[in-house]
Amino acid sequence: MRFVDEFCDPKLAKGLIEAINGLVDREMVLMEVCGTHTVSIFKHGIRNLLAPFIKLVSGPGCPVCVTAAQDIDKAVWFSRQRDVILATFGDMIRVPGTTASLEKQRAKGRDIRVVYSVLDALDIARSNPTKRVVFLGIGFETTAPGIALSIHLAKEQGLENFFVYSCHKLIPPAMKALLESGEVRIDGFICPGHVSTIIGARPYKFIAEQYHIPCVITGFEPVDILQAILMLVKAREKARVEIQYSRAVKPEGNVVAQQILAEIFEPIDAAWRGIGVIPDSGLKIRQKYSRFDASMAFEMPQDVNRVEADLSGCICGKILRGMATPPDCLLFGKACTIEEPIGACMVSSEGTCAAYYKYMLVTNDKRVDKRGRV
Amino acid sequence: MCLGIPVKIMKISDSLADVETGGVVRQASLALVEDVRVGDFVILHAGFAIQKVDEQEAMETLRLLKGIGICGL
Ligand code: SF4
Repeated sequence: MRFVDEFCDPKLAKGLIEAINGLVDREMVLMEVCGTHTVSIFKHGIRNLLAPFIKLVSGPGCPVCVTAAQDIDKAVWFSRQRDVILATFGDMIRVPGTTASLEKQRAKGRDIRVVYSVLDALDIARSNPTKRVVFLGIGFETTAPGIALSIHLAKEQGLENFFVYSCHKLIPPAMKALLESGEVRIDGFICPGHVSTIIGARPYKFIAEQYHIPCVITGFEPVDILQAILMLVKAREKARVEIQYSRAVKPEGNVVAQQILAEIFEPIDAAWRGIGVIPDSGLKIRQKYSRFDASMAFEMPQDVNRVEADLSGCICGKILRGMATPPDCLLFGKACTIEEPIGACMVSSEGTCAAYYKYMLVTNDKRVDKRGRV
Repeated sequence: MCLGIPVKIMKISDSLADVETGGVVRQASLALVEDVRVGDFVILHAGFAIQKVDEQEAMETLRLLKGIGICGL
């Protein structure tokens, strides 16, 4: 595939690995924030290639994984209302809430549809005028502009039966929260490529300036990731924000997308699964468009908002903060597998637990040790 | 979830395009990108083109990387 194959070239990868290994003489902990990077790193065995000095840890960059259980509970509640069709993206329907998942609701006969694009949800609303379509909007800055545009279109077209329940999250505030917590050592950030396609480089500047940690906005092929690691190693002494993924990321980002985002949404404090509430890390639909805001248009009883303790033993929260790896979880590969997931990090195809499980071929009787060796 | 793939624009009608990758053609909204033409590559994410792929930049990155392969740094 064009713009993919060239960045998978083993010869280029080899040169980069040699360059990294030749430069690095002490341990560096690098966090890849984005779930798509996690999957690529596992798929191409990058962790093992760079041992022992480069240690890669995964962060909170899988939108499915960080969606709070209470938000799933609310989605479940919407799906139970009369004449409602609930639409969302694929992995979401398997994610557990505190008591149920959307998949279980669907099995009970609720009308829950998986769509590829929010525009499909608009079509569903158009062709079902007697129903109310609630779109469960999840995703980071990459996904939110499309959802914003759908709200704009719904207004323009006078669609009265289309609603969005916005669970969107913003990445830089989460990175800030991680750094502020001081729970995990990070010597460099592999910043998300497609989030940055939208937001550009500026939102990461505070990380280099205030925390003196280098950031490299990175593409998703193996050569991209290795080049970014080399850039991070080189930037050790003088932290800055750089763009490795320059074929898809402009320093200023995608201005059209930023405008539509700002028109429809405003930042709000948001709850992240396993992490808690992070200031200004979510997106709320602005007053002007509140007609399309499912949380305003429906009267939800208070008890849907209750938070229940998670008794399952799942440690997704620690994993999302880079404080633990899946093998630290007693359930990993035993009670919790891709086939029968317990926590969101195993449900999502981009979750860290799923990546460990899939690419390390862990079976019920084989465990990987903390260094990731089977 | 933030998965995006480079696709080639085959046909444009208003703000919708037919895009192709690996022989599969699908529809994408062009509402979030400016100045794209048939033949351009864009990053497709959840039904939307989110950025034009900059061919020059891609070539430049590869040129630089080939240099690393040769001299090790
Ligand atoms: S292995 Fe399963 S239960 Fe354990 S942290 Fe991961 S998702 Fe949660």
